[in-house]
Amino acid sequence: MTPLLETRGLGKAYGPFRALENVTMTVNEQELVSVVGPNGAGKTTLVNLLTGLLKPSEGEVRFMGADIAGIGPVALAERGLARAFQLIQIFPKLTTAETIAAAVVSRQNKRWRLFSSLSADGEVNARVREVADIFGLTHRLDTVTAALSQGEKKLLDVASAFALDPKVILLDEPTSGVATADKHGIMQTLIAAAKQAGVKAIVLVEHDMDLVAAYSSRIIALSAGQVLADLPPDRFFSDPHLIETVIGKRRGH
Amino acid sequence: MKLSPAATAAIGGTVILAALPLVLPPYYVGLMIPFYGYAIALLGFNLLFGYTGLLSFGHAMFLGVGAYGAAVMTGVLGFKSFELTLLAAVAASALIALPVGFLCVRYTGIFFGMLTLAFGMLFHSFLFKFYSVTGGDSGMRVARMNILGLGFDKYNKIEFLAGPFYYYCLALLLIAGLIMWRLVHSPFGLHLRALRDNARKAEYLGVHVHRCRLAAFVVSAMFGAVGGVILGFRVGLADPELVYWTQSGQLVFMAVLGGFTNFFGPVIGALSYILLQDQLQSLTEYWRFVLGAVLALIVIVFPEGISGIAVEFRRRLGGTRA
Repeated sequence: MTPLLETRGLGKAYGPFRALENVTMTVNEQELVSVVGPNGAGKTTLVNLLTGLLKPSEGEVRFMGADIAGIGPVALAERGLARAFQLIQIFPKLTTAETIAAAVVSRQNKRWRLFSSLSADGEVNARVREVADIFGLTHRLDTVTAALSQGEKKLLDVASAFALDPKVILLDEPTSGVATADKHGIMQTLIAAAKQAGVKAIVLVEHDMDLVAAYSSRIIALSAGQVLADLPPDRFFSDPHLIETVIGKRRGH
Repeated sequence: MKLSPAATAAIGGTVILAALPLVLPPYYVGLMIPFYGYAIALLGFNLLFGYTGLLSFGHAMFLGVGAYGAAVMTGVLGFKSFELTLLAAVAASALIALPVGFLCVRYTGIFFGMLTLAFGMLFHSFLFKFYSVTGGDSGMRVARMNILGLGFDKYNKIEFLAGPFYYYCLALLLIAGLIMWRLVHSPFGLHLRALRDNARKAEYLGVHVHRCRLAAFVVSAMFGAVGGVILGFRVGLADPELVYWTQSGQLVFMAVLGGFTNFFGPVIGALSYILLQDQLQSLTEYWRFVLGAVLALIVIVFPEGISGIAVEFRRRLGGTRA
């Protein structure tokens, strides 16, 4: 079976600096693949390559068998690969409902309906309520997003990506900026929502090893732009040397 | 059925505007014609500024396309129909806005502003220098036209402007307002506001950022042309002054004065500006100084403009009642 997402010999260089080198990885159906590594290991570059934002210097990125190198976020969203950001990205002046609706409009391909009333569109509104319900944001639908709590903003950021009905979703540190006590709650919400929404696989970029250990089906460790390990969690966490390389530098934080 | 605040404001405003010719002397009624021209142009300008987040400093260019379009249609080609002239000017404006917008919408913020300013200046120079085509600084004559096929020949120009043409412009403003209302409340309008707030995030939600910006640019140019036809027709002249960058600045001023965060802000801004300018000009030769002070005051104290003050007032009034 074709993997949902795969890279072969993927590399990205900025002048003489090689941010990523020879990365070969796959993401299959029903997997939650975590990408871990110290700061500067190339995680963000990898995410930007996987989401078509950057063009690779070498190698290829394939999504459901098709080459997606550098095709850009809009085309990628249309194909079914969605992304939520490390730093919360919201539309400050839009309400929760409008934020989700922006994605639903894209998904239902109604973006060029110039004169139809959005508020009278039952199909869009039903889907907005459904998504808000999954993420527990129903009571916040009419709230301007700038007034939401940090946790709610994070949920909304991800919820809007889910509203695209993606096949694969890429979560870049979904719990960063969220209180430690809430992290598991948010992860559980996300994973349950993904199952409910028919998401086939999740790629998780995460620093928090507790979360990685608890939810991953496979872990890819990056170091200095290269794949250090690609292992299931039990084998990954039984290698103390590996763990030290991956998180050692972050102990001081 | 209970009317929404927006519908109440629109209906109330229409009734007041419709009653003006009955109570005001013709001079003031005539003064309202440029208001309609600017109000329609500003509805379009604000789709770009308020809803899409792109501040154009060259928007007077499209007023010019409208006015010069009217001059060409009536003076050169000999058409008499106002509607036909409107259609031609709107089409010409869209055709010009497509390539200009295509280049400009790749940039945002100050770069977009400067680029539109540059195109506006380029267009002004063209009108100013190509004397044989455009009449240079003396402009081009805009002849009198029929509205809805009626000539109103027994009216002189002033009576025509203060009577039938006044109501004609009111109807145009209502149509333009209705079209704009539908646009900003459509799925397309939502995508515009989303990309205004956060273009990167919008892209990841499948918003075609550049295409949406371009569409908003073209639509705003079409509205600008309608305003330009009205302005040119009123004075009977298409004048390069109408395209000068200070005119573009005046559009920005009006939008900020009325409040660009409110749907009705641009219309209120156009009205306030026209009345303010008229009163100030009759009071003092330093009217620009006063206008400048008013603008500074608005930006510092009431960043949401006059419409923002009105909304706040209504909110407080509702608060004390509850």
